[in-house]
Amino acid sequence: MTEHKDYAGSKMGMWLFLFTEILLFGGLFLLYSAYLHRYPQEFHEAGKTENLLLGSANTVILIGSSLTVALSITALRLGRIRHCLVFLGLTVALALCFLVNKFFEWSAKFDRGIYPGSEHMKSLPVGENVFNALYFAMTGLHGLHVLVGSVLLSVVATLVARGRVNREDFVILENAGLYWHLVDLIWIFLFPLFYLIA
Amino acid sequence: MDDAPDMEHESKSTHILSYGFLTGVFAVLMVLTATTIIVSRIELGFWNVVVALSVASAKAALVIFFFMHLKYENRTIKTMVLLAFVLLAICIGFTFFDVGPRT
Repeated sequence: MTEHKDYAGSKMGMWLFLFTEILLFGGLFLLYSAYLHRYPQEFHEAGKTENLLLGSANTVILIGSSLTVALSITALRLGRIRHCLVFLGLTVALALCFLVNKFFEWSAKFDRGIYPGSEHMKSLPVGENVFNALYFAMTGLHGLHVLVGSVLLSVVATLVARGRVNREDFVILENAGLYWHLVDLIWIFLFPLFYLIA
Repeated sequence: MDDAPDMEHESKSTHILSYGFLTGVFAVLMVLTATTIIVSRIELGFWNVVVALSVASAKAALVIFFFMHLKYENRTIKTMVLLAFVLLAICIGFTFFDVGPRT
């Protein structure tokens, strides 16, 4: 192998990318907290309509998928290729479960006439309107990350299956894992903000 | 497939977390999740926010240090991550110096 590999550099580059993601969501968190401060009562009213059961289920699902990614890295480094592929498959399956739950949550909101730009949403008090707009923007952007992450992990799984990512050269799996954990990390904060605090 | 000897072993993180340890971290995360849901059902006013965000931060720390392996990374990456979160805290905190006293 003459190809140059820089393990430490790859990982540092991934972390730098994750910082830009933190900045992206950080801006939305800032917006949320400023509006929560301004409309505490309206946020409380709007938050009551969130489905705590689905939100909690999704928290368990996403943290579970973080576990399976971490396990897949351990498996690969111990040379247990089949374990690694099973764990990655489980991760993608859990990611899809998460998205299916989100679909039901969004559908329930649409049925109540709550979607960006709807007449019903315009008739709500400004604070409730803002809460729902932030809900769609933040869970929507997060959902997009879940989708991207599961595609990324599927690609890495095929690389593992073909031996391109292996116990000697596993930084691609580690970096994909880091991305997935970040997606989990963001949900860890979205969950209390939308389902618990309000 | 690739039998070439590895030249950069010394720069690779050699720490491998066991299945059992990772599952243990997951179990703690589940306990924290259950705690935060139960506490949110009790009316504590402002303290609901404090508890929810404290538990979320504790969960985030577990994910970052163990799942994301930060505890076993070199000092450069640790410092970078710390700096990123400090900057985010400044960004949100300082905004409240302005937003907080209003209304």
